[in-house]
Amino acid sequence: MRFWRGVAAIVAKDVAAELRSKETLSAMFIFALMVVVIFNFAFELRVENVRQIAPGVLWVAFAFAGILGLNRSFVLEREGGCIEGLMLTPVDRSAIYVGKLVGNVLFMLVMEAFILPIFAVLFDVPILNPALWLVIILGTIGFAAVGTLLAAMAVNTRAREIMLPILLFPIAVPVIIASTRSTGQILDGLPLSETYTWLRLLLAFDIVFTVIALLGFEYVLEE
Amino acid sequence: MNKLGDSWLLSLIGLTGLAVIVSLYLVFVYVPTELIMGIVQRIFYFHVPSAWVGFLAFLVAFVAGIAYLMQREPRWDMVEVSSIEIGVLFSTIALVTGSIWARPIWNTWWTWDPRLTTTLVMWLYYVASLMLRRVVDSEDRRARFGAILSIVGFVNVPVVFLAIRLWRTIHPVMFSSEGFEMAPGMLLTLGSSLVTFTLLYLCLLVIRVRIEYLSSELSRLRQLSIPARS
Amino acid sequence: MSTGMALEQQNVWAVEVEGLSKSFGPITALCDVNLRVPHRKLVTIIGPNGAGKTTLIRILSTLSRPSSGRVRVDGLDLIERGAEIRRRIGFASHQTLLYGDLSAVENLRFYGRMYEVPDLEERISELITKVGLTERLDDAVRTLSRGMQQRLSIARAILHNPRIVFLDEPYTGLDQRAAEILSSLLRELLAEGRTVLMTTHDLIRGAEMSDQVLVLLAGEVVYETNAAAPSRQDLNTIYRKYVEGR
Repeated sequence: MRFWRGVAAIVAKDVAAELRSKETLSAMFIFALMVVVIFNFAFELRVENVRQIAPGVLWVAFAFAGILGLNRSFVLEREGGCIEGLMLTPVDRSAIYVGKLVGNVLFMLVMEAFILPIFAVLFDVPILNPALWLVIILGTIGFAAVGTLLAAMAVNTRAREIMLPILLFPIAVPVIIASTRSTGQILDGLPLSETYTWLRLLLAFDIVFTVIALLGFEYVLEE
Repeated sequence: MNKLGDSWLLSLIGLTGLAVIVSLYLVFVYVPTELIMGIVQRIFYFHVPSAWVGFLAFLVAFVAGIAYLMQREPRWDMVEVSSIEIGVLFSTIALVTGSIWARPIWNTWWTWDPRLTTTLVMWLYYVASLMLRRVVDSEDRRARFGAILSIVGFVNVPVVFLAIRLWRTIHPVMFSSEGFEMAPGMLLTLGSSLVTFTLLYLCLLVIRVRIEYLSSELSRLRQLSIPARS
Repeated sequence: MSTGMALEQQNVWAVEVEGLSKSFGPITALCDVNLRVPHRKLVTIIGPNGAGKTTLIRILSTLSRPSSGRVRVDGLDLIERGAEIRRRIGFASHQTLLYGDLSAVENLRFYGRMYEVPDLEERISELITKVGLTERLDDAVRTLSRGMQQRLSIARAILHNPRIVFLDEPYTGLDQRAAEILSSLLRELLAEGRTVLMTTHDLIRGAEMSDQVLVLLAGEVVYETNAAAPSRQDLNTIYRKYVEGR
């Protein structure tokens, strides 16, 4: 019980801090927007049917904006040495991981919710589809699960801005592939049965890497 | 590292040297030229073992990473970083030989073959993990982070492979990495190459771990020579 | 609020350290440190930069693991009962451990929830008043002066009413007035029956209120006073002898 109260407290704290400064969410949103718009222009000039590349553009935007959010989440903890403040509490160290993960997923989902309508307009694709939302949720969780662990490490290095992307992107390749493929299938109006394999892969990724990250987080924090 | 260790290493190097000679003979003299692809097909005997050693090296790093986190013995960290370096080296060879092989046969520098693409993705990751080691100041942290990265990276290998393979079955790739029939002589040659490369890996690993050990001994001795009090 | 006598009789020492060593790779930060801190006392550890003071106090606060040796805090073994120890100790250093974007109240509320502090809102009001931040309680911590942040950090450290408080160089960066406020806060902590272990390289503060002083040099305890508080002059002599080699 204390575990979940700790998780809730951490999430509430991150949300409260973000509501005050609004720095992270606005940066994430602007960045994703830029990616979507620029890619739209770039491909409009060369590709017959932009709808074909739309899923890829969407997930590239989500991934890059997601990295921003993941980074900031731990940079803020580093200021003032707050990560030690967290470690001093009697709450289990894994609760810190889960708390940061939930916060990161939440922020990414908010950014994604704002980007989707714009994406729909620019690429002329239907987005009011719960199946699509499911894919986005699963993909985001997978990305953030590994990302939270890697960000916690990256922020402790000298080259913190660059370390997270170069480590996270290779690991997130299965998520990107599965999410992009299933997004494409859904947007094309294919029946959900086609997408099952990808959804299963996403789910498996989410579970496996959340568990591994959970176990590994303890080792990242200790000294 | 003592005299006994030295003699083991020398025997290993000797054995590897022998294997190299045997394999070179098999690859360039013994095995017949493949009908369709011609001489360039002989790259296969370098390409496949390189990829295998890459995989083996990352597997060893995975095990060493777990061992380090459980036991906190520095030698596991040394094995881990050495193995990753060698793994990256052999993965590079695999990627380059794959490219050289593809060009004359399929008229392209890159095939999206699942195994090759997985190797590329993991190459990127492991290079990044080596970079991370360079920018971490604390030794203890470096070892811990390295261990976690080795574990995460290796678990990801089958997942990446699966994802890419699924992707490629939907848009079937025009060619696979083996576009030929394996004649009996080829099997022997491939087997010999695999053994040779594995022995090479072991040699390099032992030597590299030694270098790592000596380097850490050097820092330790340097530290001791600094006077504690004036 | 008061610390029970029965508990004290069970654990003779607030902090008990035996043969503590800590290495970071080839560097030895602490070497065979022995230390005993009695309850309800203020013990100060002084030493130059790099002596290992921060390393020591971080180990005692469970932020760092010892390489070898035995540590007991409030009678509990450091490795085995870490989480319980954290309930009973407070820690403050020159880093505030506060979230700059949140207000003083929001920070305390967060930590209060993490420590499961009962009657949290009351406790927060009480502490805000005690550290003199009533006028600025809703302002973002970023906007507070260093002295105010430090006071708030102490409030955070004692929010959950810990018996033992560890302070790592708390006077760093404080001006005269802020330092005086901090000193009076410390006196209050002691009056409330808490144990305080403090590190500093500031001799004056070290001598002022301490019941016991230790000198740490290159990871080793080189000098320890007895029960009587050392005078400023004594400390000067001691410091010069061991640290500066005169």
